[in-house]
Amino acid sequence: MISLSPEVWQVTFFSLAIALSSTLTILPFGIAVSWLLARREWRFKSFIETTVLLPLVMPPVATGLILLKFFGRRSLVGQWLYDWGIEILFNWKGVLAAMAVMSFPLLVRSVRTSFAEVNPRLEQIAATLGASNLKIFFTITIPLAWRGIVAGSLLAFSRALGEFGATIMVAGNIPGRTQTLSLAIFSFVQSGKDEEAFGLLLITVVLAFLAVGFSERLVRSKRKA
Amino acid sequence: MRRGWVAISLLVLSLGLSLPVRAEEIIVSAAASLTDALREIGKIYESRTQDKVALNFGNSAALARQIEEGAPADIFFSADLEKMDLLEKNGRVDSATRRNLLSNQLVLIVPSDSKLAVRSPKDLLQPGVKRIALAEPNAAPVGIYTRKYLEAEGLWERVKEKIIPVLDVRAALASVVSGNVEAGFLYKTDAALSKRVKVVYEVPIEKGPKILYPVAVVKDSKKKDAARGYVNFLSSEPGKSVFKKYGFVVLE
Repeated sequence: MISLSPEVWQVTFFSLAIALSSTLTILPFGIAVSWLLARREWRFKSFIETTVLLPLVMPPVATGLILLKFFGRRSLVGQWLYDWGIEILFNWKGVLAAMAVMSFPLLVRSVRTSFAEVNPRLEQIAATLGASNLKIFFTITIPLAWRGIVAGSLLAFSRALGEFGATIMVAGNIPGRTQTLSLAIFSFVQSGKDEEAFGLLLITVVLAFLAVGFSERLVRSKRKA
Repeated sequence: MRRGWVAISLLVLSLGLSLPVRAEEIIVSAAASLTDALREIGKIYESRTQDKVALNFGNSAALARQIEEGAPADIFFSADLEKMDLLEKNGRVDSATRRNLLSNQLVLIVPSDSKLAVRSPKDLLQPGVKRIALAEPNAAPVGIYTRKYLEAEGLWERVKEKIIPVLDVRAALASVVSGNVEAGFLYKTDAALSKRVKVVYEVPIEKGPKILYPVAVVKDSKKKDAARGYVNFLSSEPGKSVFKKYGFVVLE
């Protein structure tokens, strides 16, 4: 039937912890990039915009291969990190890198739209009243866009939790070390351990319910407001 | 609001600290077909030594690729010679530690409730057989072995259209178990793992391609001594008996 063994819980908490860390890591960058994309005109803007959104449309395994090349000890970056004693591949940092890159576009898309929806006149008025750009950003723009930011974070978190293709390339599939929910379900099914697979499936369904329910509530509160 | 963020950061921090990053362990990148045998051997090995064994399973082609890019695996246990030869040629594995430890046999399987009269590879030509699961025939070892065997039998061109390429040998087993394909080729050792499939044909060892499982220590490994110890343990009596239990042919 359904098994909720210690291994199942370990995988669940590991995935939740890394997905949460990944979301919190990309949040400041996501907000900065989204604001620059929504509010400023600059050179190479469309190039950067496309690059940021690339992982959304590319096969995850292809993104994983790029990350593998990038962080591998044979590459310049990988060698440099290695000299500093940092290894990304085959441990939790690899999982985090894969999740972060794969979920970044979702965060940016959502946050960018919510920035674009903030009426620029409100910011201009604040400016005429003598507020600094930084103050305007934190007291006008962010509070007006917070729903998009939360929704984007939730989306990014869910995407991170479900990440598979890039993770298996960069972090491998090592039980107790880099195995996430998606990888574990895959491995359990492959080795015929359906009880554990169903246990993880149940947990995934519960998590999905919570995430969807929460974002629905967010949308409803917006309609009221 | 601010207190909420503090709580969340503390949670992340505490979860981060509890991650298993400190344990001194060797990473073994191994072919998917070795999953159950290596898990069992790993437990015995850990109970006898101070070392921990982290097992990274996948198809040999992908694992070799990761090592090629500098992934920190300590040991490569491949299901085919070609991938190991390539890594050895490129100086990624330590030649002195390499051993061709195991052999295996190709088998043809069908779901155990199959009503089709499939008794040999020739029977795959009948129209009732619509899909045949096979690990990626250009990359995964078992896929390559099967393709070579079917080519030698003059059957490959005629069944090619029915082949459903899947990720690795375990994925091939899973698709036959689920009944979504009428037949599949895999290793004898994997076929033995499920009661929901039956072996209808064993490719005779002298007719099939020579299947070898080479193992070697990765040159960049920082734990060479521990890695050598593990490889020695694989070819010692306790290791051998586990491999035999799962149906492998032990060569040394």
